[in-house]
Amino acid sequence: MKQGILWAALILVGLGSAPVALAAGAEELVRTECAACHALERPDYEALGIQERIDRKGPPLYYAGNKFQPEWLESWLQNPTRLRPAGIFPAAAVKESEEFDVIDPDKLIEHPALTAEQASEVATYLMSLRHHDDLIAANTYEPGTIAKRMGQLNFSKFNGCDACHSDEPGYGGLSGPELYTAWQRLQPAFIASFIADPVAWDPHTLMPKSGLNEGAVARLTNYLKLIGEEQP
Amino acid sequence: MKKSLLMAATLALGCIPLAYADDVARGEKLYNVYCVQCHGLSGHGDGVNVPALSVQPRNHHDTAEMTARSDEELFKAVKHGGKSINKSVLMPAWGGNLDDDDIHALVSHMRNLCCRNGE
Ligand code: HEC
Ligand code: HEC
Ligand code: HEC
Repeated sequence: MKQGILWAALILVGLGSAPVALAAGAEELVRTECAACHALERPDYEALGIQERIDRKGPPLYYAGNKFQPEWLESWLQNPTRLRPAGIFPAAAVKESEEFDVIDPDKLIEHPALTAEQASEVATYLMSLRHHDDLIAANTYEPGTIAKRMGQLNFSKFNGCDACHSDEPGYGGLSGPELYTAWQRLQPAFIASFIADPVAWDPHTLMPKSGLNEGAVARLTNYLKLIGEEQP
Repeated sequence: MKKSLLMAATLALGCIPLAYADDVARGEKLYNVYCVQCHGLSGHGDGVNVPALSVQPRNHHDTAEMTARSDEELFKAVKHGGKSINKSVLMPAWGGNLDDDDIHALVSHMRNLCCRNGE
């Protein structure tokens, strides 16, 4: 509702000044419609303690410009499909069953969708949030190749990534984001940097910091490239 | 050291000291954030990721299995991962995410689950 009025107002401002007004409107829209669930500035993790992770309603966006592929971002905002099978905080989205904990669909949200025009402006605004230029600059990953079988072994048997992530629809763990689409969604340097040190990106991440060396990180990233490029 | 003092205090008072209760509460909170994804909401080794795991996570209520491990071994398994105690890599190393106090608190919580009727 509020959103509709905002955009109507922006359209009334007139076509000539529209691009500027829309950019400002995008920031306003994100602050009013998205900030309740997404951090737009770095939270004071140290002061908030682990309660910050328990209370978190959506992934942090204050480094969106260091993380996402802009084309993917624009299109996902219009058609937000689920990326994390068990939502942002798995412990709150599962329930006990006879055999093991299962996802309770009632506890997962439907993500708000934007119009094409909103999505384009919001994506541009989000791409300007680059709190972690430092981590990207420090990353040295160069895309390369890996044989699929070797990649699979690295992902599962050697490093246990499949405990929490799927590398194929319907296969793998459920507590982390799907990774067969990582390459379309995410910047290569982000992927490599996050695998090497997820805690540097998010002090309260649920992903263990494995301490893998550069070669091992590159092999895993190349595997995500390989399977990502196989996706339609 | 700290632990033997704690034990002495427990014996002296004949009850669980407050510091220990604090530690268990903190450990439980951390467990609910990091560990339930595999070990389960109830700690029975039945988390949401279990269908994807080729090795079953430890049931932390299993008194026999858990008392066969010293606190030091549990601490090591959590800090350095399953591999460090010749167990599966599917049990991750949490030493890069959690500090030693956090891990001690987790050990206290697991002791509560296995052996103090922490149902
Ligand atoms: C009710 C809370 C909520 C609101 C409001 C919300 N989001 Fe989200 N958002 C989420 C959750 C939860 C996810 C994770 C979805 C998933 O992984 O399936 C998410 C995911 C995202 C992602 C992908 C992030 C990633 O790291 O994979 C983007 C981008 C995003 N939201 C942008 C927005 C924008 C822009 C708005 C405002 C128009 C918005 N969100 C409003 C909860 C919310
Ligand atoms: C214990 C579960 C767990 C394990 C094991 C794990 N991850 Fe993650 N991973 C996560 C979670 C959860 C996230 C999302 C960030 C968060 O909520 O903490 C994530 C995020 C990621 C991301 C960023 C994806 C995105 O969309 O934001 C990549 C890339 C990734 N993991 C790769 C790996 C690789 C490679 C391995 C194996 C070395 C691995 N992960 C092991 C849980 C795990
Ligand atoms: C990615 C899934 C996963 C996560 C997350 C996880 N564990 Fe485990 N854990 C396992 C598996 C699998 C085993 C069994 C290993 C084996 O038997 O070879 C295990 C075993 C253990 C053991 C038993 C070691 C032994 O044999 O005595 C302890 C202690 C333990 N985990 C504690 C924790 C704690 C504490 C956390 C949270 C900080 C945690 N785990 C998170 C999968 C996980």
